[in-house]
Amino acid sequence: MELTSEEVRHIASLARLGLTDEEVETLQAQLGDILGHVNQLNELDTGNIPPTAMVIAVQDVVAEDEPRPSFPVDVMLANAPERKGNYFRTKAVLGYET
Amino acid sequence: MRPDTASLPDASIAELRALLDRREVSSVEATRAYLDHIGAVDGAVRAYLQVTEDVALQQAAEADARLAAGETGPVLGVPMALKDLISTEGIETTCGSRILRGYRPPYDATTYARLRKGGAVLLGKLNMDEFAMGSSNENSAFGITANPWDLSTVPGGSSGGSAAAVAAREAAFTLGSDTGGSVRQPAALCGVVGVKPTYGRVSRFGLIAFASSLDQIGPFTRTVEDSALVLSLIAGHDPLDSTSVPLAVPDYASALGGDLRGLRVGVPDEYFVEGIEPGVEGAVRAAIEQLESLGAQAVRVSLPSTGYALATYYIIAPSEASSNLARYDGVKYGYRSPEGEDLIETYLRTRDEGFGPEVKRRIMIGTYALSSGYYDAYYLKAQKVRTLIKAEFDRVFEQCDVIAAPTSPSVAFKLGSRTADPLSMYLSDVLTIPPSMAGIPAINVPCGFSDGLPVGLQLICKAFDEATMLRVAHAYERSTEWHLRRPPLLISVAGS
Repeated sequence: MELTSEEVRHIASLARLGLTDEEVETLQAQLGDILGHVNQLNELDTGNIPPTAMVIAVQDVVAEDEPRPSFPVDVMLANAPERKGNYFRTKAVLGYET
Repeated sequence: MRPDTASLPDASIAELRALLDRREVSSVEATRAYLDHIGAVDGAVRAYLQVTEDVALQQAAEADARLAAGETGPVLGVPMALKDLISTEGIETTCGSRILRGYRPPYDATTYARLRKGGAVLLGKLNMDEFAMGSSNENSAFGITANPWDLSTVPGGSSGGSAAAVAAREAAFTLGSDTGGSVRQPAALCGVVGVKPTYGRVSRFGLIAFASSLDQIGPFTRTVEDSALVLSLIAGHDPLDSTSVPLAVPDYASALGGDLRGLRVGVPDEYFVEGIEPGVEGAVRAAIEQLESLGAQAVRVSLPSTGYALATYYIIAPSEASSNLARYDGVKYGYRSPEGEDLIETYLRTRDEGFGPEVKRRIMIGTYALSSGYYDAYYLKAQKVRTLIKAEFDRVFEQCDVIAAPTSPSVAFKLGSRTADPLSMYLSDVLTIPPSMAGIPAINVPCGFSDGLPVGLQLICKAFDEATMLRVAHAYERSTEWHLRRPPLLISVAGS
Protein backbone atom coordinates (compact mmCIF):
# COMPACT_ATOMS: atom_id res chain seq x y z
CA MET A 1 0.00 0.00 0.00
CA GLU A 2 1.42 3.32 -1.08
CA LEU A 3 0.71 6.55 0.76
CA THR A 4 0.16 9.73 -1.23
CA SER A 5 2.71 12.52 -0.87
CA GLU A 6 -0.06 14.62 0.75
CA GLU A 7 -0.55 11.93 3.39
CA VAL A 8 3.17 11.78 4.08
CA ARG A 9 3.34 15.57 4.40
CA HIS A 10 0.32 15.58 6.72
CA ILE A 11 1.91 12.96 9.03
CA ALA A 12 5.21 14.85 8.93
CA SER A 13 3.49 18.05 10.00
CA LEU A 14 1.78 16.23 12.89
CA ALA A 15 5.21 14.91 13.93
CA ARG A 16 6.83 18.33 13.44
CA LEU A 17 9.33 16.96 10.94
CA GLY A 18 10.20 19.42 8.19
CA LEU A 19 10.94 16.81 5.55
CA THR A 20 12.59 17.70 2.25
CA ASP A 21 10.83 16.76 -1.01
CA GLU A 22 13.35 13.97 -1.49
CA GLU A 23 12.61 12.57 1.98
CA VAL A 24 8.86 12.68 1.30
CA GLU A 25 9.38 10.65 -1.87
CA THR A 26 11.59 8.03 -0.15
CA LEU A 27 9.23 7.71 2.82
CA GLN A 28 6.21 7.33 0.55
CA ALA A 29 7.63 4.04 -0.73
CA GLN A 30 9.20 2.86 2.55
CA LEU A 31 6.17 3.56 4.74
CA GLY A 32 4.07 1.79 2.14
CA ASP A 33 6.26 -1.34 2.42
CA ILE A 34 6.23 -1.29 6.21
CA LEU A 35 2.48 -0.71 6.48
CA GLY A 36 1.97 -3.48 3.93
CA HIS A 37 3.88 -5.80 6.25
CA VAL A 38 2.09 -4.78 9.44
CA ASN A 39 -1.30 -5.11 7.75
CA GLN A 40 -0.85 -8.90 7.98
CA LEU A 41 -2.20 -8.50 11.54
CA ASN A 42 -5.63 -8.22 9.92
CA GLU A 43 -5.40 -11.97 9.28
CA LEU A 44 -5.90 -12.50 13.02
CA ASP A 45 -9.34 -12.42 14.61
CA THR A 46 -8.95 -10.30 17.74
CA GLY A 47 -12.65 -9.55 18.24
CA ASN A 48 -12.81 -10.81 21.83
CA ILE A 49 -9.20 -10.19 22.82
CA PRO A 50 -8.48 -7.38 25.28
CA PRO A 51 -5.51 -5.13 24.50
CA THR A 52 -2.27 -5.38 26.49
CA ALA A 53 -0.63 -2.06 27.30
CA MET A 54 1.41 -3.29 30.24
CA VAL A 55 2.90 -6.78 30.57
CA ILE A 56 3.45 -6.76 34.32
CA ALA A 57 0.84 -6.42 37.01
CA VAL A 58 1.91 -3.12 38.50
CA GLN A 59 -0.90 -0.64 38.88
CA ASP A 60 -1.49 2.83 40.20
CA VAL A 61 1.92 3.50 41.64
CA VAL A 62 1.77 6.68 43.67
CA ALA A 63 4.53 8.59 45.38
CA GLU A 64 4.23 10.09 48.82
CA ASP A 65 3.32 13.76 48.54
CA GLU A 66 6.42 14.97 50.29
CA PRO A 67 8.46 18.00 49.33
CA ARG A 68 12.04 17.29 48.34
CA PRO A 69 14.80 19.39 46.81
CA SER A 70 14.58 20.18 43.11
CA PHE A 71 17.46 20.74 40.71
CA PRO A 72 18.84 24.28 40.77
CA VAL A 73 17.70 26.45 37.86
CA ASP A 74 21.24 26.81 36.50
CA VAL A 75 21.64 23.03 36.29
CA MET A 76 18.35 22.68 34.42
CA LEU A 77 19.28 25.46 32.01
CA ALA A 78 22.87 24.29 31.46
CA ASN A 79 22.01 22.31 28.32
CA ALA A 80 19.68 24.91 26.80
CA PRO A 81 20.64 26.07 23.30
CA GLU A 82 19.73 29.58 24.42
CA ARG A 83 18.67 31.10 27.72
CA LYS A 84 17.61 34.50 28.94
CA GLY A 85 17.87 34.99 32.68
CA ASN A 86 16.13 32.07 34.32
CA TYR A 87 14.20 31.12 31.18
CA PHE A 88 14.64 29.03 28.05
CA ARG A 89 14.75 31.44 25.12
CA THR A 90 12.99 30.43 21.90
CA LYS A 91 11.93 31.99 18.64
CA ALA A 92 8.70 33.96 18.87
CA VAL A 93 5.62 31.77 19.16
CA LEU A 94 3.30 34.17 17.33
CA GLY A 95 5.62 35.17 14.53
CA TYR A 96 7.05 38.41 15.90
CA GLU A 97 9.80 39.31 18.33
CA THR A 98 8.88 40.92 21.63
CA MET B 1 53.26 -14.09 41.10
CA ARG B 2 52.44 -10.73 39.62
CA PRO B 3 50.26 -11.12 36.52
CA ASP B 4 51.20 -9.61 33.19
CA THR B 5 48.96 -6.52 33.10
CA ALA B 6 48.68 -6.57 29.28
CA SER B 7 46.65 -9.78 29.55
CA LEU B 8 44.30 -8.37 32.22
CA PRO B 9 41.55 -7.46 29.72
CA ASP B 10 41.17 -11.20 29.05
CA ALA B 11 40.08 -11.84 32.64
CA SER B 12 36.41 -12.36 33.44
CA ILE B 13 34.89 -10.20 36.19
CA ALA B 14 35.17 -13.15 38.57
CA GLU B 15 38.87 -13.66 37.70
CA LEU B 16 39.66 -9.96 37.98
CA ARG B 17 37.80 -9.91 41.31
CA ALA B 18 40.15 -12.55 42.69
CA LEU B 19 43.23 -10.63 41.51
CA LEU B 20 41.95 -7.37 43.01
CA ASP B 21 40.97 -8.97 46.32
CA ARG B 22 44.35 -10.67 46.65
CA ARG B 23 45.91 -7.26 45.89
CA GLU B 24 47.90 -8.82 43.04
CA VAL B 25 46.71 -6.06 40.80
CA SER B 26 45.21 -2.66 41.57
CA SER B 27 42.12 -1.17 39.95
CA VAL B 28 44.32 1.60 38.52
CA GLU B 29 46.57 -1.02 36.90
CA ALA B 30 43.58 -2.90 35.50
CA THR B 31 42.04 0.34 34.26
CA ARG B 32 45.30 1.38 32.57
CA ALA B 33 45.54 -2.04 30.95
CA TYR B 34 42.04 -1.58 29.52
CA LEU B 35 42.78 1.97 28.37
CA ASP B 36 45.95 0.73 26.61
CA HIS B 37 44.05 -2.11 25.01
CA ILE B 38 41.29 0.27 23.84
CA GLY B 39 44.06 2.41 22.33
CA ALA B 40 45.39 -0.63 20.48
CA VAL B 41 42.15 -2.07 19.05
CA ASP B 42 39.44 0.59 19.03
CA GLY B 43 40.78 2.25 15.90
CA ALA B 44 39.60 -0.89 14.12
CA VAL B 45 36.49 -1.72 16.18
CA ARG B 46 35.25 1.81 16.98
CA ALA B 47 33.03 0.62 19.83
CA TYR B 48 33.60 3.76 21.90
CA LEU B 49 32.06 7.15 21.21
CA GLN B 50 33.98 8.57 24.14
CA VAL B 51 36.73 7.17 26.38
CA THR B 52 36.49 8.80 29.80
CA GLU B 53 40.12 8.26 30.76
CA ASP B 54 40.36 10.89 33.51
CA VAL B 55 37.08 9.79 35.10
CA ALA B 56 38.16 6.16 34.91
CA LEU B 57 41.53 6.70 36.58
CA GLN B 58 39.92 8.81 39.30
CA GLN B 59 37.25 6.18 39.98
CA ALA B 60 39.90 3.44 39.91
CA ALA B 61 41.95 5.28 42.52
CA GLU B 62 38.83 5.56 44.69
CA ALA B 63 38.20 1.84 44.24
CA ASP B 64 41.77 1.08 45.28
CA ALA B 65 41.22 3.11 48.46
CA ARG B 66 38.10 1.07 49.22
CA LEU B 67 39.97 -2.16 48.53
CA ALA B 68 42.80 -1.02 50.79
CA ALA B 69 40.23 -0.39 53.53
CA GLY B 70 39.21 -4.04 53.31
CA GLU B 71 36.05 -3.59 51.27
CA THR B 72 35.06 -5.96 48.48
CA GLY B 73 32.10 -6.48 46.16
CA PRO B 74 31.43 -8.03 42.77
CA VAL B 75 32.40 -5.02 40.66
CA LEU B 76 34.60 -3.02 43.05
CA GLY B 77 37.46 -1.73 40.87
CA VAL B 78 36.20 -3.47 37.73
CA PRO B 79 36.40 -1.41 34.49
CA MET B 80 33.18 -1.27 32.46
CA ALA B 81 31.44 0.89 29.84
CA LEU B 82 27.90 2.00 29.05
CA LYS B 83 25.77 2.28 25.95
CA ASP B 84 25.48 5.98 25.21
CA LEU B 85 21.83 6.21 26.25
CA ILE B 86 22.47 5.55 29.93
CA SER B 87 22.73 8.93 31.62
CA THR B 88 26.02 9.85 33.25
CA GLU B 89 26.05 13.11 35.18
CA GLY B 90 28.21 15.73 33.48
CA ILE B 91 29.45 13.22 30.86
CA GLU B 92 28.17 13.67 27.33
CA THR B 93 25.34 11.25 26.52
CA THR B 94 24.29 11.38 22.86
CA CYS B 95 22.02 8.36 22.25
CA GLY B 96 23.95 8.07 18.98
CA SER B 97 22.09 11.13 17.71
CA ARG B 98 23.08 14.48 16.34
CA ILE B 99 20.12 15.98 18.20
CA LEU B 100 21.77 15.17 21.56
CA ARG B 101 25.37 15.98 20.64
CA GLY B 102 26.92 17.87 23.54
CA TYR B 103 24.14 16.95 25.99
CA ARG B 104 25.46 16.45 29.52
CA PRO B 105 22.85 14.87 31.78
CA PRO B 106 22.24 16.58 35.14
CA TYR B 107 21.91 13.19 36.90
CA ASP B 108 23.04 9.57 36.76
CA ALA B 109 20.85 6.72 35.58
CA THR B 110 19.97 4.40 38.48
CA THR B 111 21.90 1.52 36.85
CA TYR B 112 25.05 3.65 36.64
CA ALA B 113 24.52 4.95 40.20
CA ARG B 114 24.25 1.35 41.46
CA LEU B 115 27.40 0.29 39.62
CA ARG B 116 29.22 3.33 40.99
CA LYS B 117 28.06 2.52 44.50
CA GLY B 118 29.51 -0.94 43.92
CA GLY B 119 32.80 0.64 42.85
CA ALA B 120 32.77 -0.12 39.11
CA VAL B 121 34.99 2.08 36.93
CA LEU B 122 33.59 3.90 33.87
CA LEU B 123 35.87 3.54 30.83
CA GLY B 124 33.54 5.38 28.47
CA LYS B 125 30.36 5.54 26.43
CA LEU B 126 29.60 3.13 23.61
CA ASN B 127 28.32 3.52 20.09
CA MET B 128 24.75 2.51 19.23
CA ASP B 129 22.08 2.88 16.59
CA GLU B 130 20.52 6.31 16.96
CA PHE B 131 17.88 6.20 19.73
CA ALA B 132 18.40 2.40 19.85
CA MET B 133 16.64 2.00 16.51
CA GLY B 134 18.50 -0.49 14.37
CA SER B 135 20.08 -3.93 14.19
CA SER B 136 23.55 -3.14 12.85
CA ASN B 137 24.85 0.04 14.53
CA GLU B 138 24.88 1.62 11.08
CA ASN B 139 22.22 4.12 12.18
CA SER B 140 24.59 5.89 14.57
CA ALA B 141 25.10 9.56 13.71
CA PHE B 142 28.73 9.14 14.74
CA GLY B 143 30.06 6.40 12.49
CA ILE B 144 29.93 2.64 12.31
CA THR B 145 31.23 0.00 14.71
CA ALA B 146 32.82 -3.15 13.30
CA ASN B 147 32.36 -6.73 14.48
CA PRO B 148 35.63 -7.85 16.12
CA TRP B 149 35.26 -11.31 14.51
CA ASP B 150 35.28 -9.88 11.00
CA LEU B 151 35.77 -6.15 10.58
CA SER B 152 33.79 -6.15 7.32
CA THR B 153 30.63 -7.26 9.15
CA VAL B 154 28.23 -5.50 11.52
CA PRO B 155 28.28 -6.02 15.31
CA GLY B 156 24.47 -6.08 15.37
CA GLY B 157 22.38 -3.48 17.11
CA SER B 158 21.22 -1.40 18.59
CA SER B 159 23.72 -2.08 21.44
CA GLY B 160 26.44 -2.92 18.90
CA GLY B 161 29.17 -0.94 20.66
CA SER B 162 28.35 -2.66 23.97
CA ALA B 163 28.64 -6.12 22.38
CA ALA B 164 31.74 -5.37 20.29
CA ALA B 165 33.54 -3.84 23.30
CA VAL B 166 33.08 -7.02 25.35
CA ALA B 167 34.06 -9.29 22.43
CA ALA B 168 37.22 -7.24 21.82
CA ARG B 169 38.07 -7.19 25.57
CA GLU B 170 37.64 -3.40 25.66
CA ALA B 171 35.71 -3.59 28.96
CA ALA B 172 35.19 -6.30 31.57
CA PHE B 173 31.46 -5.81 31.07
CA THR B 174 29.08 -3.33 29.50
CA LEU B 175 25.44 -2.36 29.78
CA GLY B 176 23.09 -2.04 26.84
CA SER B 177 19.35 -1.78 26.39
CA ASP B 178 16.94 -4.18 24.72
CA THR B 179 13.61 -3.09 23.25
CA GLY B 180 13.10 -5.78 20.58
CA GLY B 181 16.44 -7.60 20.72
CA SER B 182 19.01 -4.84 21.07
CA VAL B 183 21.03 -6.73 23.71
CA ARG B 184 20.55 -10.31 22.51
CA GLN B 185 21.04 -9.87 18.75
CA PRO B 186 24.38 -8.01 18.97
CA ALA B 187 25.49 -10.43 21.71
CA ALA B 188 24.79 -13.28 19.27
CA LEU B 189 26.61 -11.60 16.39
CA CYS B 190 29.63 -10.76 18.57
CA GLY B 191 29.79 -14.09 20.42
CA VAL B 192 29.22 -12.82 23.96
CA VAL B 193 26.63 -13.29 26.72
CA GLY B 194 23.78 -10.74 26.73
CA VAL B 195 20.77 -10.58 29.04
CA LYS B 196 17.37 -8.98 28.55
CA PRO B 197 15.79 -9.04 32.00
CA THR B 198 12.05 -9.22 32.64
CA TYR B 199 10.27 -5.93 31.94
CA GLY B 200 10.28 -4.20 35.34
CA ARG B 201 13.30 -6.05 36.73
CA VAL B 202 15.83 -3.23 36.20
CA SER B 203 15.20 0.47 36.76
CA ARG B 204 15.06 2.59 33.64
CA PHE B 205 15.47 5.91 35.41
CA GLY B 206 18.03 7.82 33.35
CA LEU B 207 17.71 5.50 30.35
CA ILE B 208 16.84 7.68 27.36
CA ALA B 209 13.43 6.36 26.35
CA PHE B 210 12.63 4.63 23.05
CA ALA B 211 9.53 2.42 23.57
CA SER B 212 8.43 2.59 27.18
CA SER B 213 6.37 -0.61 27.31
CA LEU B 214 9.38 -2.63 26.08
CA ASP B 215 12.73 -1.03 27.04
CA GLN B 216 14.96 -2.88 29.53
CA ILE B 217 18.63 -2.46 30.46
CA GLY B 218 20.82 -5.57 30.52
CA PRO B 219 24.47 -6.64 30.81
CA PHE B 220 26.97 -7.90 28.22
CA THR B 221 29.69 -10.16 29.59
CA ARG B 222 32.03 -12.90 28.44
CA THR B 223 30.62 -15.48 30.88
CA VAL B 224 27.20 -16.30 32.28
CA GLU B 225 28.52 -16.02 35.84
CA ASP B 226 29.58 -12.43 35.11
CA SER B 227 26.11 -11.57 33.81
CA ALA B 228 24.62 -13.04 36.98
CA LEU B 229 26.92 -10.85 39.10
CA VAL B 230 26.06 -7.66 37.22
CA LEU B 231 22.33 -8.37 37.04
CA SER B 232 22.11 -8.88 40.81
CA LEU B 233 23.61 -5.43 41.26
CA ILE B 234 21.49 -3.47 38.79
CA ALA B 235 18.15 -5.24 39.37
CA GLY B 236 15.56 -4.22 41.91
CA HIS B 237 12.90 -1.69 42.71
CA ASP B 238 13.62 1.99 42.23
CA PRO B 239 11.18 4.62 43.48
CA LEU B 240 12.29 6.77 40.53
CA ASP B 241 10.91 4.24 38.00
CA SER B 242 7.28 3.35 38.71
CA THR B 243 7.49 0.40 36.28
CA SER B 244 10.26 -1.26 38.30
CA VAL B 245 8.72 -3.98 40.43
CA PRO B 246 9.04 -4.24 44.22
CA LEU B 247 10.28 -7.86 44.18
CA ALA B 248 13.34 -9.11 46.06
CA VAL B 249 16.39 -9.71 43.85
CA PRO B 250 17.96 -13.15 44.17
CA ASP B 251 21.74 -13.55 44.34
CA TYR B 252 21.83 -14.91 40.80
CA ALA B 253 25.49 -15.99 40.89
CA SER B 254 25.08 -18.14 43.99
CA ALA B 255 22.14 -19.93 42.32
CA LEU B 256 24.37 -21.17 39.48
CA GLY B 257 25.55 -24.77 39.37
CA GLY B 258 23.94 -28.17 39.63
CA ASP B 259 22.89 -30.31 36.71
CA LEU B 260 19.86 -30.06 34.46
CA ARG B 261 18.14 -33.31 35.39
CA GLY B 262 14.37 -32.94 35.21
CA LEU B 263 14.53 -29.64 33.34
CA ARG B 264 12.13 -29.40 30.39
CA VAL B 265 13.45 -27.43 27.41
CA GLY B 266 10.78 -26.25 24.99
CA VAL B 267 11.79 -26.17 21.33
CA PRO B 268 9.28 -24.06 19.37
CA ASP B 269 8.67 -25.16 15.77
CA GLU B 270 8.09 -21.57 14.68
CA TYR B 271 11.68 -20.53 15.55
CA PHE B 272 13.18 -22.99 13.06
CA VAL B 273 11.52 -21.85 9.87
CA GLU B 274 12.47 -20.56 6.45
CA GLY B 275 14.99 -17.74 6.66
CA ILE B 276 17.15 -19.31 9.39
CA GLU B 277 20.66 -19.91 8.05
CA PRO B 278 21.52 -23.64 8.02
CA GLY B 279 24.72 -22.96 10.00
CA VAL B 280 22.68 -21.21 12.71
CA GLU B 281 20.03 -23.92 12.87
CA GLY B 282 22.72 -26.64 13.04
CA ALA B 283 24.57 -24.98 15.92
CA VAL B 284 21.39 -24.31 17.90
CA ARG B 285 20.07 -27.88 17.38
CA ALA B 286 23.44 -29.19 18.57
CA ALA B 287 23.22 -26.94 21.63
CA ILE B 288 19.78 -28.36 22.46
CA GLU B 289 21.24 -31.90 22.20
CA GLN B 290 23.99 -30.76 24.53
CA LEU B 291 21.35 -29.60 27.05
CA GLU B 292 19.77 -33.07 26.76
CA SER B 293 23.13 -34.71 27.40
CA LEU B 294 23.28 -32.63 30.59
CA GLY B 295 20.04 -34.21 31.76
CA ALA B 296 17.40 -31.91 30.31
CA GLN B 297 14.44 -33.19 28.35
CA ALA B 298 13.61 -31.49 25.04
CA VAL B 299 9.89 -30.90 24.45
CA ARG B 300 8.45 -29.82 21.11
CA VAL B 301 6.22 -26.76 21.64
CA SER B 302 4.30 -24.33 19.46
CA LEU B 303 4.00 -20.54 19.56
CA PRO B 304 1.70 -19.97 16.56
CA SER B 305 1.68 -16.15 16.69
CA THR B 306 5.48 -15.89 16.38
CA GLY B 307 5.22 -14.78 12.76
CA TYR B 308 3.01 -11.85 13.76
CA ALA B 309 5.27 -10.48 16.49
CA LEU B 310 7.43 -8.43 14.12
CA ALA B 311 4.39 -6.62 12.68
CA THR B 312 3.05 -6.04 16.19
CA TYR B 313 6.39 -4.59 17.25
CA TYR B 314 6.61 -2.28 14.25
CA ILE B 315 3.36 -0.66 15.33
CA ILE B 316 3.85 -0.53 19.09
CA ALA B 317 7.52 0.50 19.27
CA PRO B 318 7.33 3.33 16.68
CA SER B 319 4.06 4.58 18.23
CA GLU B 320 5.66 4.86 21.65
CA ALA B 321 8.82 6.32 20.09
CA SER B 322 6.90 9.02 18.23
CA SER B 323 5.48 10.11 21.56
CA ASN B 324 8.76 9.80 23.54
CA LEU B 325 10.77 11.67 20.91
CA ALA B 326 8.37 14.62 20.85
CA ARG B 327 10.53 16.10 23.61
CA TYR B 328 13.38 16.90 21.20
CA ASP B 329 12.32 20.36 20.16
CA GLY B 330 15.53 22.38 20.25
CA VAL B 331 14.39 24.34 23.31
CA LYS B 332 15.51 22.60 26.51
CA TYR B 333 18.67 20.73 25.44
CA GLY B 334 20.47 19.36 22.43
CA TYR B 335 20.62 20.62 18.88
CA ARG B 336 18.68 23.64 17.65
CA SER B 337 18.57 24.54 13.99
CA PRO B 338 19.74 28.09 13.33
CA GLU B 339 17.11 28.24 10.56
CA GLY B 340 13.48 28.99 11.25
CA GLU B 341 11.63 32.28 11.47
CA ASP B 342 9.30 31.27 14.28
CA LEU B 343 8.96 28.53 16.87
CA ILE B 344 7.13 26.04 14.64
CA GLU B 345 9.67 26.50 11.88
CA THR B 346 12.43 25.95 14.44
CA TYR B 347 10.80 22.67 15.54
CA LEU B 348 10.45 21.48 11.95
CA ARG B 349 14.03 22.31 10.98
CA THR B 350 15.60 21.12 14.26
CA ARG B 351 13.94 17.73 14.07
CA ASP B 352 14.60 17.24 10.36
CA GLU B 353 18.28 18.16 10.73
CA GLY B 354 18.79 16.54 14.15
CA PHE B 355 17.31 13.07 13.54
CA GLY B 356 18.70 10.49 11.12
CA PRO B 357 16.67 8.62 8.47
CA GLU B 358 15.70 5.56 10.59
CA VAL B 359 14.50 7.70 13.50
CA LYS B 360 12.42 9.85 11.16
CA ARG B 361 11.00 6.70 9.55
CA ARG B 362 9.91 5.33 12.94
CA ILE B 363 8.46 8.65 14.08
CA MET B 364 6.48 8.73 10.84
CA ILE B 365 5.18 5.15 11.26
CA GLY B 366 4.24 5.82 14.87
CA THR B 367 2.56 9.12 14.16
CA TYR B 368 0.59 7.49 11.34
CA ALA B 369 -0.47 4.56 13.55
CA LEU B 370 -1.63 6.90 16.32
CA SER B 371 -3.27 9.46 14.08
CA SER B 372 -6.98 10.13 14.05
CA GLY B 373 -8.90 7.37 12.28
CA TYR B 374 -6.06 4.84 12.38
CA TYR B 375 -5.61 4.23 16.11
CA ASP B 376 -8.01 1.26 16.31
CA ALA B 377 -6.71 -0.32 13.11
CA TYR B 378 -3.07 -0.17 14.15
CA TYR B 379 -2.12 0.55 17.77
CA LEU B 380 -5.15 -1.06 19.40
CA LYS B 381 -4.99 -4.02 17.01
CA ALA B 382 -1.30 -4.51 17.81
CA GLN B 383 -2.00 -4.40 21.56
CA LYS B 384 -4.59 -7.15 21.11
CA VAL B 385 -2.14 -9.31 19.19
CA ARG B 386 0.30 -8.65 21.99
CA THR B 387 -2.21 -10.28 24.34
CA LEU B 388 -2.23 -13.37 22.09
CA ILE B 389 1.57 -13.57 22.01
CA LYS B 390 1.80 -13.30 25.80
CA ALA B 391 -0.95 -15.90 26.33
CA GLU B 392 0.89 -18.37 24.08
CA PHE B 393 4.07 -18.03 26.13
CA ASP B 394 2.03 -18.53 29.33
CA ARG B 395 0.60 -21.76 27.91
CA VAL B 396 3.97 -23.04 26.67
CA PHE B 397 5.52 -22.48 30.09
CA GLU B 398 3.03 -25.04 31.45
CA GLN B 399 4.85 -27.60 29.27
CA CYS B 400 8.45 -26.51 29.79
CA ASP B 401 10.77 -24.56 32.11
CA VAL B 402 12.83 -22.79 29.49
CA ILE B 403 12.55 -22.23 25.75
CA ALA B 404 15.61 -22.76 23.54
CA ALA B 405 15.84 -21.14 20.09
CA PRO B 406 18.23 -19.24 17.86
CA THR B 407 18.79 -15.60 18.85
CA SER B 408 19.40 -14.27 15.34
CA PRO B 409 18.38 -15.97 12.08
CA SER B 410 21.81 -15.19 10.64
CA VAL B 411 25.40 -14.65 11.69
CA ALA B 412 26.89 -11.17 11.36
CA PHE B 413 26.09 -9.72 7.94
CA LYS B 414 28.24 -7.44 5.78
CA LEU B 415 28.33 -3.75 6.55
CA GLY B 416 26.00 -1.96 4.14
CA SER B 417 24.18 -5.10 3.02
CA ARG B 418 20.80 -4.29 4.58
CA THR B 419 20.79 -0.49 4.83
CA ALA B 420 18.87 0.09 1.59
CA ASP B 421 15.86 -2.01 2.65
CA PRO B 422 14.43 -1.19 6.10
CA LEU B 423 12.23 -4.31 6.16
CA SER B 424 15.17 -6.67 5.60
CA MET B 425 16.94 -4.99 8.53
CA TYR B 426 13.82 -5.30 10.71
CA LEU B 427 13.78 -9.07 10.05
CA SER B 428 17.09 -9.36 11.97
CA ASP B 429 15.02 -9.19 15.17
CA VAL B 430 12.29 -11.64 14.19
CA LEU B 431 13.31 -14.16 16.90
CA THR B 432 14.05 -11.71 19.72
CA ILE B 433 10.90 -9.61 19.43
CA PRO B 434 8.34 -12.19 20.66
CA PRO B 435 9.78 -12.44 24.22
CA SER B 436 10.03 -8.63 24.29
CA MET B 437 6.34 -8.34 23.45
CA ALA B 438 5.57 -10.72 26.34
CA GLY B 439 7.93 -8.86 28.71
CA ILE B 440 9.75 -12.07 29.65
CA PRO B 441 13.50 -12.54 30.18
CA ALA B 442 15.87 -14.00 27.61
CA ILE B 443 19.60 -14.51 27.31
CA ASN B 444 22.04 -15.05 24.46
CA VAL B 445 24.79 -17.61 25.00
CA PRO B 446 27.49 -18.34 22.38
CA CYS B 447 26.81 -21.81 20.92
CA GLY B 448 29.14 -22.24 17.97
CA PHE B 449 30.38 -20.77 14.73
CA SER B 450 29.18 -20.69 11.15
CA ASP B 451 31.55 -19.46 8.44
CA GLY B 452 33.91 -18.36 11.22
CA LEU B 453 31.29 -16.09 12.82
CA PRO B 454 29.58 -16.64 16.19
CA VAL B 455 26.14 -18.22 16.55
CA GLY B 456 23.94 -17.50 19.57
CA LEU B 457 21.55 -19.70 21.53
CA GLN B 458 18.56 -17.84 22.99
CA LEU B 459 17.12 -19.15 26.26
CA ILE B 460 13.76 -17.68 27.27
CA CYS B 461 12.07 -18.04 30.68
CA LYS B 462 8.94 -17.03 32.58
CA ALA B 463 8.66 -13.50 33.95
CA PHE B 464 11.10 -12.92 36.85
CA ASP B 465 12.62 -16.39 36.44
CA GLU B 466 16.06 -15.10 35.47
CA ALA B 467 17.58 -17.51 38.00
CA THR B 468 16.50 -20.56 35.96
CA MET B 469 17.56 -18.92 32.71
CA LEU B 470 21.02 -18.15 34.06
CA ARG B 471 21.40 -21.61 35.62
CA VAL B 472 20.65 -23.34 32.30
CA ALA B 473 22.90 -20.95 30.35
CA HIS B 474 25.70 -21.50 32.85
CA ALA B 475 25.41 -25.30 32.72
CA TYR B 476 25.56 -25.15 28.92
CA GLU B 477 28.51 -22.76 28.91
CA ARG B 478 30.51 -24.90 31.32
CA SER B 479 30.09 -27.91 29.05
CA THR B 480 31.39 -26.09 25.95
CA GLU B 481 34.37 -23.93 25.02
CA TRP B 482 32.76 -21.44 22.62
CA HIS B 483 33.08 -18.59 25.09
CA LEU B 484 36.83 -19.11 25.32
CA ARG B 485 37.51 -18.42 21.63
CA ARG B 486 39.09 -15.08 20.82
CA PRO B 487 38.37 -12.89 17.79
CA PRO B 488 41.22 -12.96 15.22
CA LEU B 489 41.67 -9.23 15.80
CA LEU B 490 43.03 -9.92 19.30
CA ILE B 491 45.44 -12.54 18.08
CA SER B 492 46.88 -10.12 15.52
CA VAL B 493 47.18 -7.38 18.18
CA ALA B 494 48.89 -9.75 20.59
CA GLY B 495 51.25 -10.90 17.84
CA SER B 496 52.19 -7.41 16.72
